[in-house]
Amino acid sequence: MPPSGLAAIRRRIMSVTNEQVRHIARLARIAMSDEELERLVPELNNILDWVEQLGEVNTDGVEPLTAVIDQKLRLRDDVVNDGNIRDDILLNAPEAQHGFFAVPKVIE
Amino acid sequence: MSELTLKTIAELRDGFRSGEFTAREVAEAYNDAVASARTLNAYTVETPEDALAAADAADQARGSGEIGALAGIPLGIKDLFATRGVDSTAGSRILTGFKPPYESTVTANLRRAGAGMLGKLNMDEFAMGSSNETSAYGPVLSPWRRRGSNVGLTPGGSSGGSSAAVAAHIAAGATGTDTGGSIRQPAAFTGISGIKPTYGRCSRWGVVAFASSLDQAGPMAKTVRDCAILLEAMAGFDPKDSTSLDLPVPQWEANLSSDLRGKRVGIPKEYRIEGVPGDINALWDRGIEWLKDAGATPVEISLPHTKYALPTYYIIAPAEASSNLARYDGVRYGLRDTPEGGNLDAMYCATRADGFGAEVKRRIMIGTYVLSAGFYDAYFTKAQKVRALIKDDFRKAFEQCDVILTPTAPSAAFGIGETTDPLAMYLNDVFAVPASLAGLPAMSVPGGLDGQGLPLGLHLIGNELDEQTVLNAGLAIEERAGFSARPEKWW
Repeated sequence: MPPSGLAAIRRRIMSVTNEQVRHIARLARIAMSDEELERLVPELNNILDWVEQLGEVNTDGVEPLTAVIDQKLRLRDDVVNDGNIRDDILLNAPEAQHGFFAVPKVIE
Repeated sequence: MSELTLKTIAELRDGFRSGEFTAREVAEAYNDAVASARTLNAYTVETPEDALAAADAADQARGSGEIGALAGIPLGIKDLFATRGVDSTAGSRILTGFKPPYESTVTANLRRAGAGMLGKLNMDEFAMGSSNETSAYGPVLSPWRRRGSNVGLTPGGSSGGSSAAVAAHIAAGATGTDTGGSIRQPAAFTGISGIKPTYGRCSRWGVVAFASSLDQAGPMAKTVRDCAILLEAMAGFDPKDSTSLDLPVPQWEANLSSDLRGKRVGIPKEYRIEGVPGDINALWDRGIEWLKDAGATPVEISLPHTKYALPTYYIIAPAEASSNLARYDGVRYGLRDTPEGGNLDAMYCATRADGFGAEVKRRIMIGTYVLSAGFYDAYFTKAQKVRALIKDDFRKAFEQCDVILTPTAPSAAFGIGETTDPLAMYLNDVFAVPASLAGLPAMSVPGGLDGQGLPLGLHLIGNELDEQTVLNAGLAIEERAGFSARPEKWW
């Protein structure tokens, strides 16, 4: 069996590094201390090593599954069927001002 | 414990209709039972006034000919369902205080049928867990204990509040959700029944999303008949869910029959795995005999990609979760944590660090990684290809059989804090996950007790849209297993 893409990539990178985990945390927008990152590295590597066994499965010519139960996505009429519920939508906002969601400064 | 809380939903319905008792008496008995069982930590919010209001409406409507199928039945609702004006937090700190101004379709359907709500049920955070230990509210305690032991056991997860509540008679029935076994494993651990219908039967609208291609709601209850009654009320086409099946809801209860003559029961050889206790394999063998006794013919089948189901699931589910959980950003609802002088981005990072628990963070990280540039095809696309092969295994199997019988879980309930390795925890769902990946209806029914006096479940998997055969085989097992054990009240 030819080496699968997954196995090949895993061999190339061997395992995720501290730096990579820091990058993933950054992408996921989760602040993490150095201790948390260090704890996560072996945990993520254990899980990734385990899922790597999918490399054993020959999937040549297999279409990735897109719908688990065969069905067509429906179209609905292009009309407004909801709305005028601004106050409902803002009801749970941590901070709302003048009918808007308020957030900390975006542009420095 | 009131006698009323020991009754099944079918018995409550019939007794209420015949005037043997009022719906208010039922609701009061349950409200009292809920308040006296707080040690179990099954409920995150109690809503006794909601249960009473529905009961009063049912009592007023009685005899009018317009009473709903669930008039006067008090239910527990998993905290994953949005309930108008009542905290809906998915067991997470990040949704602290979230009171949706809308109602999920499934709970709206139950209310329209006349059911009342006793409260919201505890669960693993965002339904990610198999033991209820990841909940921000702390773990639920199972009403069951090992014989001669007072060690606190898990009621399973993620629908652990639901399973504990039904088993402890503090809800007549409960809603659960199942992404990779979260209805079936807790049902097995607590000696109750639970069914996950075909993907698309129950609307996902208003159910907090975990992994959208897998998430399905379903009922958990004392009996197979009660599951059929509840599922009929919960299911149905909903234009607000793009994957909702536009099909009429079958009359599952009316068509219940334990006569399985002419049915073939598939026994997948790949489910005989190492390390499973002898009690569980022995129960599986008894299950085969029970279904034979009901008229079915066992056939050996093969589901060759079974061993790849769990790793496939642990790519797809975290990938979808990392995407779904991106919405928790501290802007629109729930928790916000802004570091001193921090900008918007710092607010996102701090809010999510503070609001998510360790298991949720772990899965978001895995999901983010497998979807990130350079790895997407190697992990996510590969997993979706293996998922197609798993689906195809079932398609071929159902050419040879009508329903599949396996154990529900590879162990009985374990102690709180006993399983600390994430991978070992994931193995709990080894028998449940393949049916989830294939979108198939599947059910757990209690089969007996193990050597330590803990319940074990049998698992039935049906073909697409064929909940009826699953329920009928479940009924055949229920009638023959004669499972009547109840946890001794210690709480």
